[in-house]
Amino acid sequence: MEAFINSLSAISPQNTFAEEKLLHEAREYNNVRFLRCVEPQYSTFIDPMASRRMSRIIKMGVCSAIKCLQEAGINNPDAIITGTGMGCVEDTGRFLASIFENEEKLLNPTPFIQSTHNTVGASIALILKCKNYNNTYGHRGFSFESALLDGIMMLQEEEANDILVGALDELTPDLFTITDRLGFWKKDPVNNLHLKDYRSRGSLAGEGTTFFSLSRTKNEKSFARIRSLQTFLKPAGQREIEKKLTDTDKPDLVILGINGNPPGDEIYNHLKSGIFVNTPAAYYKHLCGEYDTSSAFALAMAAGIIREQHVPDIMKLDSKPVGAIRNILIYNHLRNVNHSVIQVSSC
Amino acid sequence: MAAKVFITGAGIISSIGLDYKEVLSSLKASRSGIGKMTLIDSVHKEEIPVAEIKKTNAELKELANVPGKAIFSRTSLLGIIAAREALSQAEIENTSEYRTGLISASTVGGMDRTEKFLKKYLKDKNHGRLRDIITHDMGDSTEKIAEYCRISDYVTTISTACSSSANAIMVGSRLIENGILDRALVGGVDCLTLFTINGFNSLMILDKNGCRPFDENRNGLTLGEGAAFLVLESERIVEKTGKKIFGAVSGYGNACDAFHQTASSPGGDGAFLSMQKALLKAGITPDKIDYINAHGTGTKNNDLSEGNAIERLFGNSVPPCSSTKSFTGHTLGAAGGIEAVFSVMAIEHQCIWPNLNFANKMNELGFLPVTELRKDAAVRNVLSNSFGFGGNNTSLIFSKC
Repeated sequence: MEAFINSLSAISPQNTFAEEKLLHEAREYNNVRFLRCVEPQYSTFIDPMASRRMSRIIKMGVCSAIKCLQEAGINNPDAIITGTGMGCVEDTGRFLASIFENEEKLLNPTPFIQSTHNTVGASIALILKCKNYNNTYGHRGFSFESALLDGIMMLQEEEANDILVGALDELTPDLFTITDRLGFWKKDPVNNLHLKDYRSRGSLAGEGTTFFSLSRTKNEKSFARIRSLQTFLKPAGQREIEKKLTDTDKPDLVILGINGNPPGDEIYNHLKSGIFVNTPAAYYKHLCGEYDTSSAFALAMAAGIIREQHVPDIMKLDSKPVGAIRNILIYNHLRNVNHSVIQVSSC
Repeated sequence: MAAKVFITGAGIISSIGLDYKEVLSSLKASRSGIGKMTLIDSVHKEEIPVAEIKKTNAELKELANVPGKAIFSRTSLLGIIAAREALSQAEIENTSEYRTGLISASTVGGMDRTEKFLKKYLKDKNHGRLRDIITHDMGDSTEKIAEYCRISDYVTTISTACSSSANAIMVGSRLIENGILDRALVGGVDCLTLFTINGFNSLMILDKNGCRPFDENRNGLTLGEGAAFLVLESERIVEKTGKKIFGAVSGYGNACDAFHQTASSPGGDGAFLSMQKALLKAGITPDKIDYINAHGTGTKNNDLSEGNAIERLFGNSVPPCSSTKSFTGHTLGAAGGIEAVFSVMAIEHQCIWPNLNFANKMNELGFLPVTELRKDAAVRNVLSNSFGFGGNNTSLIFSKC
């Protein structure tokens, strides 16, 4: 089971979309409770006529997908597979509100049409006129991983040579308000770069769209390789998690999903002082915030680290010396329900 | 050659029956579930018919045997009932014995509770009970089903509009073929909501007289609700246990129409490709298909586009074809699962289900749908189509073993 990464493109609260080098300069946000994406100039990538009716998530998703394909030199991928935890929240909310506000009469169908989880995957296909395999997963913290597994299977089945796999989640004011009422976020504003150091409960909300161009065989653009992928639901305890993590090859770096919420971070801290006591560790959610498909951002960081053979200081959790980085393990959990392990290696 | 994927169980709940047996008898009696909207408080309830499951959530909770106070969306309850039946038919009690996965599908998730929440939230953002919003996302109902059935090895949800559960069946089959799972519970669920009723109504594609698939005077679809799951198992398990086999998933194909976000291309390019891919995967020629369970929503656009695609592929010898949405309405994310169970039933009982509410042949098409129940038909291979928004087209082939 493997897939080569030939290009990636991420729209995130960092300058990931524009920068060539990984986290050349990390964006610091002071006094914030959520992070929003640094949005690019869409017209460079999407025909303004086409983007006129697109919601923000559609624009971000399509734009990162198009740039990713351009960099890989692919015009017609053999598959377009996306994952999104919450889907097109803005359009869903708009249509729902209109139902109640207009007492179910004379509603504008556009937000309804664009509310389905596969809207972005379909929009990419529509722009490319790509009639190939198209699938979308929507399952909390498994959304991106499920899309990735589907893609890896496509390559393994030899049904596909070059595919596009991506993840997308948007934060809207209502989504923030509601999840805030659910206690997901820290009540006091924070500095994102110090996220792991706060003692208070909750995390920092985030969002992002991240796309990867993957191929079955290594080519001149390949710079990293996905070697294994596991998801597991509600593990019985720390031991079960450790077993899944030790099933993989010894990593040169482990990237953990630390999000600043002490009860959830305890799981990572146990690993850091336990099975990973001698492994350099890094984290990423202070850069992108917490959201259902943040592991796609982590994979982008991991692939970038392998390409550049450099771990940005801002991601490091310790001062352990980092040698040649051949193998990175990403371990993330969403609210201790959806756990995933992705292993990325050099080619 | 990939490993074979066998169907060892099927479970269903829909407007035409609360379980496999009831649904089968409704199909045999040409009894449609389309009627007046009684359980949803919509301003359209007098003029728009739907295919409802005439059970309140409290009654469904009893049927599902879950605690009265527990928080379940209608979607979860329907899903649990159908999933439980599929597992019981497959005689599976211990889900930890083999690597077992759940691949479910939905388009609205817990939208029924979200609507309750929003009514209050929209007036005051501090209002609305949080217990009504925590079930909103697609993953919720799947995790409720997974927990109920004790499945944790691989759990995910597909959401590609109206082809969602057909894609779940395809992905489950592939997970077994790739040796990632030994067994998969696959299907989907959707309940009726104000969101979908008003969504399709705003597109002006709800037939006020109930859907009339493939009829010249068809005027739109009818929404329905339901859930259906299949148990898929590897050859290895089936050989070892010698359990009853309902059939096999022998082919699948997914293609994108890439024409328009909601409308299908006139020639049905995506539909043609998905059917062609499914045949190729099954390794059979079109003449081996004994029955087509069409997507057949009853909209002007779909039935013409799908009909054209069928004629492009089958030429002058279109096999018996019907749309069972005239029984169940369009159950959106559950439709592929429900129609997969109908395909399995067609194979098990050697029947072809009629296309109800048909009167006039479409001018553009050469073939007529089957309008009367056909018994003693030789049904070896069934082709089932599911097409969704975004031009997401999936075709499945189920075969007799």
